[in-house]
Amino acid sequence: MRSVLFVLTACAVIALAFWAYRENYRTQQALDVTEQLQRDIGASRARLSVLRAEWAYLNRPDRLRDLADLNYDSLGLMPMAPAQFGRIDQVAFPPEEDGLLEITDPIEVSNMEARP
Amino acid sequence: MIRTPLRPLARVLEARAKGENPDAIERENLRLRHEEMRDRARNRAEGRLLMLGVFFVCAFAMVGGRMALLAASEPSEPRASAAGAEIQALRADIVDRQGRILATNLETVSLYAQPPLMVDPTHAATELARIFPDLEVERLIKDFTGTRKFLWIKRRLSPEQQQAVHDIGDPGLLFGPRDMRLYPNGTLAAHVLGGAGFGREGVHAAEVIGVAGVERTFDEQLRDPARAGQPLELSLDLTIQAATEEVLSGGMRLLNAKGAAAVLMDVHTGEVISIASLPDFDPNDRPALPTQGRPDDSPLFNRAVQGVYELGSTFKIFTVAQALELGMVTPETIINTKSPMTWGRHRISDFRNYGAELTVSKVIEKSSNVGTARIAIDIGAERQRDFLGQLGLLETTKFEMVEARGGKPLLPPRWSELSTMTISYGHGMSATPLHLAAAYATMVNGGTKIEPTLLKQNGPQFGPRVISERTSEQLRRMLRLTVSQGTASFGDVPGYAVGGKTGSADKPRIDGRGYETDKVLATFAATFPAHDPKYVLIVTLDEAVETSGTEPRRTAGWTAVPVAAEVIRRVAPLLGLRPEIEPAELTGITLTSN
Repeated sequence: MRSVLFVLTACAVIALAFWAYRENYRTQQALDVTEQLQRDIGASRARLSVLRAEWAYLNRPDRLRDLADLNYDSLGLMPMAPAQFGRIDQVAFPPEEDGLLEITDPIEVSNMEARP
Repeated sequence: MIRTPLRPLARVLEARAKGENPDAIERENLRLRHEEMRDRARNRAEGRLLMLGVFFVCAFAMVGGRMALLAASEPSEPRASAAGAEIQALRADIVDRQGRILATNLETVSLYAQPPLMVDPTHAATELARIFPDLEVERLIKDFTGTRKFLWIKRRLSPEQQQAVHDIGDPGLLFGPRDMRLYPNGTLAAHVLGGAGFGREGVHAAEVIGVAGVERTFDEQLRDPARAGQPLELSLDLTIQAATEEVLSGGMRLLNAKGAAAVLMDVHTGEVISIASLPDFDPNDRPALPTQGRPDDSPLFNRAVQGVYELGSTFKIFTVAQALELGMVTPETIINTKSPMTWGRHRISDFRNYGAELTVSKVIEKSSNVGTARIAIDIGAERQRDFLGQLGLLETTKFEMVEARGGKPLLPPRWSELSTMTISYGHGMSATPLHLAAAYATMVNGGTKIEPTLLKQNGPQFGPRVISERTSEQLRRMLRLTVSQGTASFGDVPGYAVGGKTGSADKPRIDGRGYETDKVLATFAATFPAHDPKYVLIVTLDEAVETSGTEPRRTAGWTAVPVAAEVIRRVAPLLGLRPEIEPAELTGITLTSN
């Protein structure tokens, strides 16, 4: 009975040691992966900040203005003027054309009398 | 456990046989037993003490050992913890009110040399001089072959330059990482941003510190790692700032002005939407401070914030506001404006003679010095001073730029009656355009005090009341009339109901004796839309002259006003203001009965 217990204990110790060994290596590996990820995140952040800086640099008003001037022929861009920014209810309706009846038997009318 | 009996029968019998007292045996045995118990208890207590002692020794040894370990080990980043963006060592970005970048960081490298490691110093020196034309070959060779062990060559390299230095292939040329402050918009808002430089420098890193402007004011905050790179949000708007600067520089060139400044401010929140001062500079490559000449000759000088000027007739509105507020006049009160007016040895005259009398409203419209001076006499020096103090015109503004501390208004040493009269039309006292913007905002926003700010705000300021709602409305009407039919008629922008007041002040001579005859500081203080003011715009042109006529014209109506009108035309749509048809004056019908 006692020897069986010894054998079992020894087996348990061996199994636990093996498990601990494997866990240790898995932890090491996870740490390596994390480190790599941290480095990647750092590099991505750096790249992102460069890209943001470049985006801001390429979108600087001076450059956009020059580009608009250079491409005036094709784009026709101008600074925004108040006239392009009115309220919709201040714009006159277009004259209705479709509402007119079609003229079937035309008569010529002179406007001579209306003139002074 | 086997207990020894206290009265063992054998010994008792033996003692009885000998005729001794058997109780002595019992006592003897009892004593022995007690001694044994005492020894046991003592042993146990000693054992416990020892255990405790060992435990404490171990605990302290562990603490000490850990401390020694921490002190002796190299610092390293924790590997296991998932540190996120909570801490960032970078200087925070500066963005405008819509989140567009005004200042950011760029990773770059610096170049240094360790001559003892060099293989071919002469070759390295000649190659370096070829890459960087500003370096001298002789100097480099001397440095590389001398006794020096370390020297900096360049603070910042571009990637191309770095590659070229790599190609030299000398092991003694080394790179260190650097964070560089970058202002992607170049000269835009240069005075506000200021600039940054390097503080303490090491091979692996260098401190980036703010040198001027908001970079300097908010240096601590921008460098604070606990803010995790949260950007600093300014009240400026990039596009509006760009449009203002473009129009202003165009106007400055056309009118041959020496300098120009503009401040655009929200009248309710006090946010400065754009603030420009020309000539300007590139904060990426900040010029050195001037060592000679007048301070305002340098492009570093911020005319809008640091430049204290006599702002001329724009001050008249304050005099009239006070008189209205005190109930001394109404807009229709007739004022004697006979020019010239003599006061002791001094004479006050108008630009042109406007007749013997004008209403208060017309005094503003025509900009009559005499009329304003007469109102000011009635107000008195004491009350005038208090009123200007309430408007914040007597001390530096709380604007968030280090330069604002330099913009302290110049006041007369003795506030005499004559000073009262001259100050009433903006002479004899100097303030910055920013002061004027804040004071005008107070005049038109309904009468509450406004402090200019450069940080984005969430809502309107509720400052102390300076003038009543009613006075503010009367002033708005006068300002509107000044533009629609008075001195600032070029300032009218259809759809935006501009109101404003011009100011043309002769510049004081440098030697301090009197005024120049042909150098004028032209100012236009505008607000729009006048019936419901949202913004105040101050445009100041230094020594501007308009030469299209037969004789040069220097008054603000010909110089600052058209420029300001163009600024409003460009900027108002960008501000989201739609052109509106101005509400007409209602016909006066009063409800009565008989």
